[in-house]
Amino acid sequence: MSTTVLSVTAAKKRFGQVVALDGATFELRQGELLALLGPNGAGKTTLIRAIAGRVRLDGGEIRVFDRTLDGRSTPPELGIVPQEVAIYPLLTARENLQAFGSLHGLTGAALAKQVDWALDRTGLADRASESVKQFSGGMRRRLNIACGILHRPRIVLLDEPTVGVDPQSRDRIYDVLAELARSGVSLLLTTHHLEEAEARCSRTVIIDHGNVIASGTLSELVDQTVGRHRLVTLRLDAPFDGSAAVLRSASDDLSIDESDTRLVRARMRDVASGLPPLLERIRLAGRAVDDVEVRGPSLQSVFIHLTGRELRE
Amino acid sequence: MGTLLRIGFINLRRDRVAQALTFVLPIVFFSIFATVFGGQQEAATSSIRLAVVDEDRSEVSARLVEGLRREKALRTRMTEDAAGKGKPLDRAAAERLVRAGDLPVAVVIPRGLGASFTQRGFSGGGPPVQLLSDVSDRIAPQIILGLMQKVAMTAAPDLLLQGDMRRFEQYAGALTPEQKAAVDSWVPMLKAQGQSGSSGGASSGSAGMPVTVDVVDIMRTGNRERSLISFYAAGIGVMFLLFSAVGGAGGALLDEAEAGTLERLLSTNIGMTGVLLGKWVFLALVGCTQLTVMFLWGRLAFGLPLFSHLPGFAIMTIATSAAAAALGLVLATLARTRAQLQGFSTIFILTMSALGGSMFPRFLMSETMQKIGLLTFNAWALDGYLKVFWRQAAVWQLWPQLLVLGTATAVFLGIARLLARRWEAV
Repeated sequence: MSTTVLSVTAAKKRFGQVVALDGATFELRQGELLALLGPNGAGKTTLIRAIAGRVRLDGGEIRVFDRTLDGRSTPPELGIVPQEVAIYPLLTARENLQAFGSLHGLTGAALAKQVDWALDRTGLADRASESVKQFSGGMRRRLNIACGILHRPRIVLLDEPTVGVDPQSRDRIYDVLAELARSGVSLLLTTHHLEEAEARCSRTVIIDHGNVIASGTLSELVDQTVGRHRLVTLRLDAPFDGSAAVLRSASDDLSIDESDTRLVRARMRDVASGLPPLLERIRLAGRAVDDVEVRGPSLQSVFIHLTGRELRE
Repeated sequence: MGTLLRIGFINLRRDRVAQALTFVLPIVFFSIFATVFGGQQEAATSSIRLAVVDEDRSEVSARLVEGLRREKALRTRMTEDAAGKGKPLDRAAAERLVRAGDLPVAVVIPRGLGASFTQRGFSGGGPPVQLLSDVSDRIAPQIILGLMQKVAMTAAPDLLLQGDMRRFEQYAGALTPEQKAAVDSWVPMLKAQGQSGSSGGASSGSAGMPVTVDVVDIMRTGNRERSLISFYAAGIGVMFLLFSAVGGAGGALLDEAEAGTLERLLSTNIGMTGVLLGKWVFLALVGCTQLTVMFLWGRLAFGLPLFSHLPGFAIMTIATSAAAAALGLVLATLARTRAQLQGFSTIFILTMSALGGSMFPRFLMSETMQKIGLLTFNAWALDGYLKVFWRQAAVWQLWPQLLVLGTATAVFLGIARLLARRWEAV
């Protein structure tokens, strides 16, 4: 079991009438890339800011390397990558890094070495002397990350680090994060890109209404929530106006899409044995199947299962 | 077209800053300028402060002094103490008062004027009355000049008559006893008329003036026009210094807060106090450079005497820039948004500049407006520059301005630090 480097216990925070955190509890382990997921307004950013020492908790505690935070200052072991691209647009990439490195206490040769390292890791070395104003969104995002990891923090907090960037930049960003994790840095990131979290993060924490409602690896979350069923979606050749019961067997969890009655969805634990009888019932009902899609349980399905389909804003 | 009008109207209705700039700002400015300029005529003719030095101590000089004191347009001061106590003013003390800017004009009635007056009457020719003036105020000496002649003619008509009769006898022979008795019968009547303050006996069509008046520029600046340019350089410079300080502070705090760089700065070792001090020093340095460029341009283009006043200029520029930068930080920490800052600071700075003398010299405003002006940042800064370039004051004499600007800087920084707590951990 890896060492816990950051733990949040029963964190509570209220802004006026709005409850932002309502007892959130989770931990971050050494060298892991942990995804913090949640709908808009769930409390992710408040949690990140509380860990960063920018929000004082009303209750609970946050410990970093077994030290309880006072909630007034950022622990030196932390690197912060805010949601906004928090860099100076008129400065070059190198000048931005030099400025933030210097404010983190780096000087002289150590500063120059870390600036080169950060530029290299984020793929900006050949554009280091250009004004950031000229950069694409993806390059700015990468520089935003570079400014947060420049001083070699042992824990990095990233608030939606890949929002608004192209797939190439996203890949590059996650490569950097994975490399940091391999070197022993612990990373906590918030994102709305569930496929990315599923593919790139070792564990996931899902937060809603200010509280952690699930946490674990994807496999653990699937077992805790939607189970191991596969979702089978069939597209019929014509709308089906009959009852779903005609197509459903005793063991099926089957439904017909209300807005498009050509779509039939069924959740099956064993597709190999469950699909042929369903195809046969469709044929007997006078319909043919145009297309079949089989999907395993995903973080998306876990997330929707836990947080529902209702809009939050 | 209708849709565009509707969109424009809704936007204006919901944008309070735009409403303030469109409707409130012009009214505020109209009111300020109406007060400043509207009161000007009254101020110019009703409340000129005047020092009077009576070196002659004759009946004539006493009558002149009394005549000046009775003038509603003047507020005369005869003693070293402003409240009317202490020693009577002598020429040196009166000159000091004018030089220090306490009064725009001093009148010195020279020894021998009374004797000449009673001997020569309307033909004049006696020792000239001196008007010690600070010619930066071009209006007050001219008014005093006119009033002096009026007072001379109306305060002592009996003595004037007697003087003229003596001159008449000198050239035309002695009057007969009957003629002399007739003239003498007029004297008490004229004396009573003079002492009652009536000006009915004075004829504006008189051939000559009973007293000669010399206007003396006691500032003795080598080149007055060029020294006055320094006033305008400071006036405009300080106003734009405030604009740039507010703009810079807004950029430093509000824009950075919006962009997220402030959050990032606060997650480093520097802390909010460090951020504010860093921004303040930067803004003050930019302000110093801005004013220096302005004065250098004044030197190059208009011959402003910058290099002969460098120490005073340097210390006033540093103090003014430091205070302006701190004020900029207060306004930026007070505002919630850039638009709010822009709207509010435009009204605030233009108002301060109008009252504080950046647009219209304070010494030409009414005394009340001058006092109100002292509540503004601009007034203290401009008074300091005026002392350096116009009154040729030594650096130590700038202490009141430096004290006020220094205290203002400390207070502004304290307020900005308190207001900036909203960006710290919540």
